[in-house]
Amino acid sequence: MAQLAAASRVYPAHRLHPLPVRIMHWINAVAIFIMIGSGWKIYNDDIIFSFLRFPDSIVIGKWAQYGLEWHFFGMWIFVLNGLAYLCYGIATGRFRRKLFPISIREVFVTIGEALRFRLRHDDLTHYNAVQKVLYLGVMIVGILIVISGLALWKPIQFSELANLFGSFQNIRLVHFFCMSAIVAFIVVHVTLALLVPQSLLAMLTGGPAIDDDATGRAPAVSKVETTG
Amino acid sequence: MAIHIRTPSIFRPTTPIDQSVLTENRKLVEEIGRRGFLRGAVSLGALTMLTGCDVSEIDSVQKALRAVSAWNDGVQQTIFRKDHLAPTFSPSQVARPPRFNAYYPIGDVKPLDGATWTLELAGRIGDKRPWTAQRLYELPEQEIIIRHICVEGWDYIGQWSGPNLGDFLQRVGADLTAKYVYFICADDFTESIDMPTALHPQTILATKYAGAIITDPFGYPLRLRTATKLGYKNAKWIKAIEVTNDFRDTYWSSRGFNWFAGI
Repeated sequence: MAQLAAASRVYPAHRLHPLPVRIMHWINAVAIFIMIGSGWKIYNDDIIFSFLRFPDSIVIGKWAQYGLEWHFFGMWIFVLNGLAYLCYGIATGRFRRKLFPISIREVFVTIGEALRFRLRHDDLTHYNAVQKVLYLGVMIVGILIVISGLALWKPIQFSELANLFGSFQNIRLVHFFCMSAIVAFIVVHVTLALLVPQSLLAMLTGGPAIDDDATGRAPAVSKVETTG
Repeated sequence: MAIHIRTPSIFRPTTPIDQSVLTENRKLVEEIGRRGFLRGAVSLGALTMLTGCDVSEIDSVQKALRAVSAWNDGVQQTIFRKDHLAPTFSPSQVARPPRFNAYYPIGDVKPLDGATWTLELAGRIGDKRPWTAQRLYELPEQEIIIRHICVEGWDYIGQWSGPNLGDFLQRVGADLTAKYVYFICADDFTESIDMPTALHPQTILATKYAGAIITDPFGYPLRLRTATKLGYKNAKWIKAIEVTNDFRDTYWSSRGFNWFAGI
């Protein structure tokens, strides 16, 4: 029993997706859902593109004020959770291990393989170059959507920041394109997660055990599997 | 669970039901209650999907969202920089005429008669004598060319002038340590701002737009124009100003829009 308890204590750190990552991932999923749904409602009040108005059935909030209420509630979850995730990723070395180095040549090779349906995805623990670019990219977009959101929310109190965008409508544009990029990411991300269900499962259960050089600890998975 | 005996009815037995049936089957009765509740919750959820009813309208959800909005008021109060000036622009960038917005269309605006109109003062103000338009228009003017930002997302640059609100409050002996300044408008609209915003150098009681007296749709004879709040906070057709420490909901805040509405 003592052995089991000890094993379960170190267990999460040796998984592909340690528990904190899984918790933050799903909190983020909820926050993004709230932010995009309510953001579409807010967008509809003064559309930027004459051809684009989000159908009432897919926006959050029947009235403008409800959309605003959700947006300025969701922002706290999105920002605080996002900050925690960034701190975690940097402090534990997860970003360094999983996302770097990125080889430009490998990016093109991976795209070629994907287009010929020859992409291998039997090893969930290793991100290919395109995954690395997409995950890093969506994080940068996530930071930019918060910065542009801050400038939109407080263009006078943070006028130094808002001025960097040139005009108030430019801030809306940047915020909108960041949202579009995130939506595009989600489409790809969710499609691939459904095509490779074990990746979706990994974000729920933790996924396969990995042997991280950086942590210097031995994989604990065999121990747990035998005792479990 | 009490059973009230009301007037006799053909649908009600003359001898009451033996109450022991309830205590004997308490567990079963409660179970039914719970199931019914679950069923209700499920169908409510389904209804929400089908009719476009909004989860935001559920009392507890709306209460929680309003609580977050109130928390956001506090955050905005904290980050408010009382001496930080909003960017100003040149007269060539000014939109003419300004853009109209109210809780009704422009055709429903009821013009006020400047000759009979007075500005009433109330609350924590020393000199509460009402002001005529003529006297107000004789006060020293301040001009600001600032961006108007609507909560909907649009903006324009406007050129406003009129007495500085802080100077005016001082002139009438208002308690500048009070928390709120309320504006009661001729169209039954109400708005209020926090005292630091009222005393901000770019908060004025506007009487002119682009050098000419403001026209009816834009708040003649007196409106508020502050550089640090969303458009809807800028009360038009003001008929009374009250300085107070009591928070009361305003036209838009009572409808779920954020009260502080700082920008």
